[in-house]
Amino acid sequence: MEKIYSTKKNACEIPKAGPETIKFLLDYSRALRITKHRQFSFDLILN
Amino acid sequence: MEPQRDDSLLVQDYISGEEKALEILINRHNQRISSFIYSKVLDRDVTEDIFQDTFIKVIKTLKKGNYSEEGKFLPWVMRIAHNLIIDHFRKNKRMPKFEGNDDFNIFSVIGDDKLNAEKQLIKDQIDSDLTLLIEELPDDQKEVLLMRIYKDMSFKEISENTGVSINTALGRMRYALINLRKIIDRHNIVLTNS
Repeated sequence: MEKIYSTKKNACEIPKAGPETIKFLLDYSRALRITKHRQFSFDLILN
Repeated sequence: MEPQRDDSLLVQDYISGEEKALEILINRHNQRISSFIYSKVLDRDVTEDIFQDTFIKVIKTLKKGNYSEEGKFLPWVMRIAHNLIIDHFRKNKRMPKFEGNDDFNIFSVIGDDKLNAEKQLIKDQIDSDLTLLIEELPDDQKEVLLMRIYKDMSFKEISENTGVSINTALGRMRYALINLRKIIDRHNIVLTNS
């Protein structure tokens, strides 16, 4: 029976952000620095 | 084992510089936020993109110190995701705009190719009836029919998988359909969704 529906098997999987996305966000967070000068704020991405 | 910290504590720790707190927050709410986004956009790749953009905004806001803690981290993130979903539809011009006047009918713009509830029920019934009918077929015909219809394989692929010639596979498919019709006639079964 499962063979019949094998092409659509991921239709039942609950959507979830993958490990690459989470890793990207954590790396982004580590790299991001916010610098404020008077009323301005600057985003700096440090590699 | 580390005791579970609640969201507000994790947010405070993250703002104080503990990057691990962000990871816990993301993993804790990943499924809920992703499911919420997916329920609106119905596309896994777009869901992942919006999820990413949502947390980029979250990270920026927290690092800028613009987040006011009221013990409502998840609803706040959901609101950001909701706004990004709206942006996504605006960008893709998928959300038709209603400008009401007598010459314009909104239903000429909005199309719904899904079956209504009644027709979906009938379709499900037909699918399950067909599954039972297919079980009545001889094994060689059943195998070809399942590969062709349910697995969407070409006759070339079927012949390679079953070790018979393409002509034999075609013949088995033809007999499978003929036999299915015979079984349907014999049992006076009505399969329809008009």
